[in-house]
Amino acid sequence: MPIIERRNSVDFVFSVITAVASGVVVLLILGILIVLIHESWLAINHFGVIRFIISTDWDPVKESFGAATAIFGTFVTTVLALFIAIPIAIGIAIFVTEICPPFLKEPIGIAIELLAAIPSIIYGMWGLFTLAPIMAKYIEPALQHSIGALPVVGILFQGTPMGIDMLTASVILSIMIIPFTASISRDSFNLTPAVVKESAYAIGTTKWEVVKNIVLPYSKLGIYGGITLSLGRALGETMAVAFVLGNNHQITSSLLNAAATITVTLANEFTEADKDLYLSSLFYLAIILFIMSFIVLALAKFFLLKAERKYSR
Amino acid sequence: MNIEQKRKLESIAALVLSTLAAVAGLFWLVFILGDVLVRGIGALTPSLFLNDPTPAGVTGGGLRNAFIGQLMITGFATLIGVPIGILGGTFLAEYARGTRVARSISILSDIMVSVPSIVVGTFIYAVMVKPVGHFNGWAGAAALAVIMIPVVLRTTEDMLSLVPWTLREAAFALGAPYYKVIVQVVYRGAATGILTGILLSIARVAGETAPLLFTSFNNSFMSTDMRGPIASLTASIFQYAMGPYEDWHVQAWGASFVITIFILLITIAGRLIIKWRYK
Repeated sequence: MPIIERRNSVDFVFSVITAVASGVVVLLILGILIVLIHESWLAINHFGVIRFIISTDWDPVKESFGAATAIFGTFVTTVLALFIAIPIAIGIAIFVTEICPPFLKEPIGIAIELLAAIPSIIYGMWGLFTLAPIMAKYIEPALQHSIGALPVVGILFQGTPMGIDMLTASVILSIMIIPFTASISRDSFNLTPAVVKESAYAIGTTKWEVVKNIVLPYSKLGIYGGITLSLGRALGETMAVAFVLGNNHQITSSLLNAAATITVTLANEFTEADKDLYLSSLFYLAIILFIMSFIVLALAKFFLLKAERKYSR
Repeated sequence: MNIEQKRKLESIAALVLSTLAAVAGLFWLVFILGDVLVRGIGALTPSLFLNDPTPAGVTGGGLRNAFIGQLMITGFATLIGVPIGILGGTFLAEYARGTRVARSISILSDIMVSVPSIVVGTFIYAVMVKPVGHFNGWAGAAALAVIMIPVVLRTTEDMLSLVPWTLREAAFALGAPYYKVIVQVVYRGAATGILTGILLSIARVAGETAPLLFTSFNNSFMSTDMRGPIASLTASIFQYAMGPYEDWHVQAWGASFVITIFILLITIAGRLIIKWRYK
């Protein structure tokens, strides 16, 4: 059977080629991990793990580096962005699935998803030239006069409003991540069985009660997945915050101060790092970011897979 | 106020808030796009496309080098990333269909799609810039390709899975080996979907800046040499927007306009094709 054998060998070669191509993804992830650890080895040896993470030093002149300021900035901007984005995103999902007329569902859905297609550098440009001045002139003074005058929380709004600060960065980030939570929540809302909703309406529940007591609990996993995915995206966002954060390594209590995130530090300082230890410390930051976002994204995928399994049953 | 009225009011309040949320989302979209369009359209002079940058501080000049550099970097990234992505997706949806390996790689790709692009930049810097000793265009293309591969791979996998299994069985029954079935039957059935995936992946990387900052870097001169630093629109926007000159800001807005329109058109086209083909 020479013909069939020859055919099989071609098929074998093709299958091997495709297998290698799909293995590239695994190789890339392992490669990033190994290469970044290798490059940051100098800094890992020099500063250790715990000491590097808790140290607030970032002094290129004295060559003393710590990740605490960058991690602080990343953490604050991300959490604040989620705070702003989640209610809006879930509101959008409720509007699209329960309120808006059918002919508007598709266009509004696409419009919200277009927010995710705008490149982050455009968000950065817009943030620097349009949003930052508005924040400095109107919104931040207004916040200072209202919330800033209160005890305890007032500490968040101290200082001169410049527009180049953590608050502005968080607002931009929140706009960028709205589409992720919104579209995934909308898809899970749509999967709520109509029969369950109809039976609730039949016993006289209001629309909001249906959403609150039936749709939201039913699509819990999908919403968690969407939020976690947004978190993962926000952690690694670079250009949108690079313009408006000021890259200032400090830990402050006021949201109206400049700060630095891991991504902004990398974007601003990577090409300027003239000493080996400096560059190695930047690689160290990169590997911390990679591991953090990998874990968060894996968690998001876990939620989404669990949701998928639940709905397909 | 009795309890029924309270429940009704509560419901109305919640629905009004949801509507406001949707209005807020649309407001941001219109605000950002409108701003880019209004500020960008005035900067669209022939000089922006036809001239190279003038020395810093001298008004005039354009971004011809950045437009060409951007096309080259994105083009080569597509040439590297798309074949790998399509072949990889083929393995997951065909030869390894339903296996644990395929599922794991699929999940890893989904994670990889959202991995911070600046981390990819540092990785490529370590393997392609540091050994050579200088920034180069190939490194930029490679960084974008790394971001592209998982995107193309996942869409290809999904699109191939949509082709009915019976179609393959019909081809098998004629005695065709699997590779022929894939190339001549499955690829044909999924061609539109795969093409859409490629389009969307190009849209995804065309606006990437972070991975280019320390791979292809930037270049204020006209260069088509992929072995040296090469200008890109996004890196130029970053440099110009952060720079002190008003003329630079105007050009940055012009470049933003072009790149935004390009990406939005591709994205909308991709969505329309999917809607029209897989309804």
